[in-house]
Amino acid sequence: MRRAELSMAVFMAVFSVYLMYKSAELPIGWIPGSGPGGGAYPFWLAAGMLICCIAIIVRALLRMSPPSRSTEPYMDRHSLMLFVVGAGSLAVTIGLIRIISAYGAILVFLLFYLRFVGRHPWRLTAAVAVVTPIVSFFFFEIMLRIILPKGYAEPLFLPLYDIFL
Amino acid sequence: MEILNLLADGFIIAFEPQNLLLMLIGCAVGLFIGAMPGLGSVNGVAILLPLTFIVPPTGAIIFLAAIYYGAMYGGAISSIMLGIPGASTAVATTFDGRPMALKGQADVALITAATASFIGGTISVILFTGFAPPLAKMALAFGPPEEFALMLLAFATFIGLGSDDIPKTFFSIFIGLVFSAVGFDIISGRPRLVFFDIPGFLHGINFLVLAIGIYGIGEMLWTIELSKGDVQMSQATLTFRRLLEGFRNVGQTWKATMIGSFLGYFVGILPAAGATPGSLMAYGVAKMVSKHPEAFGKGTAEGVAAPESANNAASTGSMLPMLTLGIPGSPTTAILLGGMIIWGLEPGPRLFVDHTEFVWGLIGSLYVSNVFALLLNVLLIPAFIWVLRLPFTLLAPMIYVLCMIGGYAATEDMHDVWLMLIFGVAAYLMRKLDYPMAPAVLAIVLGELAESSLRQSLIISHGSPLIFFDRPIAGSITVCALILIVLPLLKYVKVFVRPKPAQP
Repeated sequence: MRRAELSMAVFMAVFSVYLMYKSAELPIGWIPGSGPGGGAYPFWLAAGMLICCIAIIVRALLRMSPPSRSTEPYMDRHSLMLFVVGAGSLAVTIGLIRIISAYGAILVFLLFYLRFVGRHPWRLTAAVAVVTPIVSFFFFEIMLRIILPKGYAEPLFLPLYDIFL
Repeated sequence: MEILNLLADGFIIAFEPQNLLLMLIGCAVGLFIGAMPGLGSVNGVAILLPLTFIVPPTGAIIFLAAIYYGAMYGGAISSIMLGIPGASTAVATTFDGRPMALKGQADVALITAATASFIGGTISVILFTGFAPPLAKMALAFGPPEEFALMLLAFATFIGLGSDDIPKTFFSIFIGLVFSAVGFDIISGRPRLVFFDIPGFLHGINFLVLAIGIYGIGEMLWTIELSKGDVQMSQATLTFRRLLEGFRNVGQTWKATMIGSFLGYFVGILPAAGATPGSLMAYGVAKMVSKHPEAFGKGTAEGVAAPESANNAASTGSMLPMLTLGIPGSPTTAILLGGMIIWGLEPGPRLFVDHTEFVWGLIGSLYVSNVFALLLNVLLIPAFIWVLRLPFTLLAPMIYVLCMIGGYAATEDMHDVWLMLIFGVAAYLMRKLDYPMAPAVLAIVLGELAESSLRQSLIISHGSPLIFFDRPIAGSITVCALILIVLPLLKYVKVFVRPKPAQP
C-alpha cells in the first residue's frame, strides 16, 4: 500500500508539472489593463497540486498517512482480475461503438458481462441484452431526439428512422 | 392583501383541467429525466421546449416548471439508489444518500429527500410570492468579489470540516479547478490546456463527464471489488410501517431542511449561481451547525435533507431574477427565458404588470406542482426499491450502459466517453488511497464561475486582493472561509513542530 501511495503521489506530481508547463503557454503574470493572464489561474492551481503532492510524499515517507502505514496489498490478484475485466470490457465496448453502433456495442457488452461475469442463464442474458438496446433506442432517439453514434452500422438504422421519425 | 388576491387568481388558472394535466405529465417526465444519470432539468426543459408551442404560454411555462421541479426531485433518486448524481444539483445528495442506501436505509433516504424537497419547494414559493421584489434588489448588490467569496466558502467547508487527509482534499480541489479551466481562456479567447492537441479538449471538460466517471464507473469498480463481484447491492425493504417511520424521521431533520430551504432560495436568486452551489453550500452549512457533524458523509438523513431542500428552493429562487429582471439564475431558467421570448413575452419588471395572468398562473402552479411531485415520488418509491434488490451482476452492467449513454448524451462527443472511462479508472485507483473525490466534482462545477469572478474582482481592484476584505459582505464571507481553511492547517504544522516525546 505504501508503495502505491508513493507511486500515485509521484505520478500526480509529474502531472502537476505538466499542467504548469501547459498553462504557461499563455501568460501567467499580470497584464497591465486586462488583469491576470489567461494561464495564471490554472498555473497557480497546478502549483498548488504540486505542493500537495510533495506533502503527500513526505507524509508517506514518514508513515503519517493511513495508506502508508497499512501492510495490506494495494490490490490482490482477485481484485486485479475484477478491475481488469470491468475496465477492460468497458474500453472494448466504447471502442466497438465506432464500428457496430452504440446499440450493437451495448448488446455485445451485456451478452459478455451477464453470461461470463454474472453467470446468468442464457435466456435471461439474451432477453436483457436484446431489450436494453431496443428500449434505449426508443427512449433516446425517438423520444428525446438524442442521436447516439452508429459507426459503420448507420445504414441499418435508416429504415427505422423512416418508420418512427 | 393585493398579493393574496393575485395569488387566488393564480390558483384558479393553475386548477384549470388542462393545466393540471400538464403539471402531472411534467412532474412525471421530470422525475424520470432527473433520475437518469447524465440527464437533468436542463436537458428535460431543453428537449421538451419545442413541444410547448402547441399550448398557450401560461400552460407552456407551467409544464416546463413542472419538469424543472420533477427533475429536482428525481435527481435524488439515482444519487441515493445508484450513487450517481442524476444531475449536478444532486451531487451533494450522494454524499449521505448513498451511504444510507448501503446501510439498508434507502427508503428512509428517499422519503427524507422527497419531503425535504417538498418543504424546500413550498417555503421558497411562499418567499417567492411575498418577498420577490426586495430580495431581487438585494441579490443585485452581489458583485464579483461577493461571488468569489461565496465560492471560497464552499471550498473551505470541505477543507475545514472534512475529516479526510488534508493535502489530499486540497489536491482534489485543485485538480478539479484546473480541469474546469480546460478549453478556452474566457478573457483572451485563446485555447488553454488542450492536452496533446486533441480537439475534444477545446470544448472544455463537462462536469458530467467527471461526475459520471467518478460516481458511475469509479463507484461500480469500487463496489464490485468490495462485494467480490457477487453480493447483492443492499437489502432494501419497504413496508407501510417503514414508510410512516420515514415520515416521522422528517422531524429530526427540520434544522437541515430549514437551512437548505432558505440558503437554497437565496443562492438560487443570485444570477448564474443556481441550485448546484446552493445545494453544496446547504450541505456544508448543515454540517457546520449540526450536533453530529462527524455523521455527515457516513449516511445521515440531515445530509440528504439539506441539499434536497436547497436544490428545490433554488430552482424556485432562480426563477425570480428570470421573471423580474430577465436575468436567468440557472442554466435551466436560461432556457425558460429563451422560451418566454419565443412565446412573445418580454421578461423584466413590466411582466408583472402586463402579464399578471402568466406570472401568477406560474406561481400558483408551483404550489400545486410541488404536491404532485411529492405524491408521484412517494408512490414510485417501491419501484425504485425493487431496482435496488436486483442481483448486482445484473445491475452493474446496466449502470455501465447508462453511464456510457449518459456520458455521450451530455455533450454528444465520443471523446468525452473515453475521458469518462479514464476519470472512472483514475477515481477508483485514487479512492483506494483515500483521495476524496467529492471536492473535485464541486471544483469542476464551480471552477468557471470562481475564475471569472476572481479575475473580474482583480481587474476592478487593479490587482489588489484586498477587494475581498474591503467590502462588508465579501469581507465577512472571506474571513469565515479563511478561518475554515487555516484551522486544520495549523493542526498539521503543530504535528511537525511539536517535539517528539522522549523515549522511556
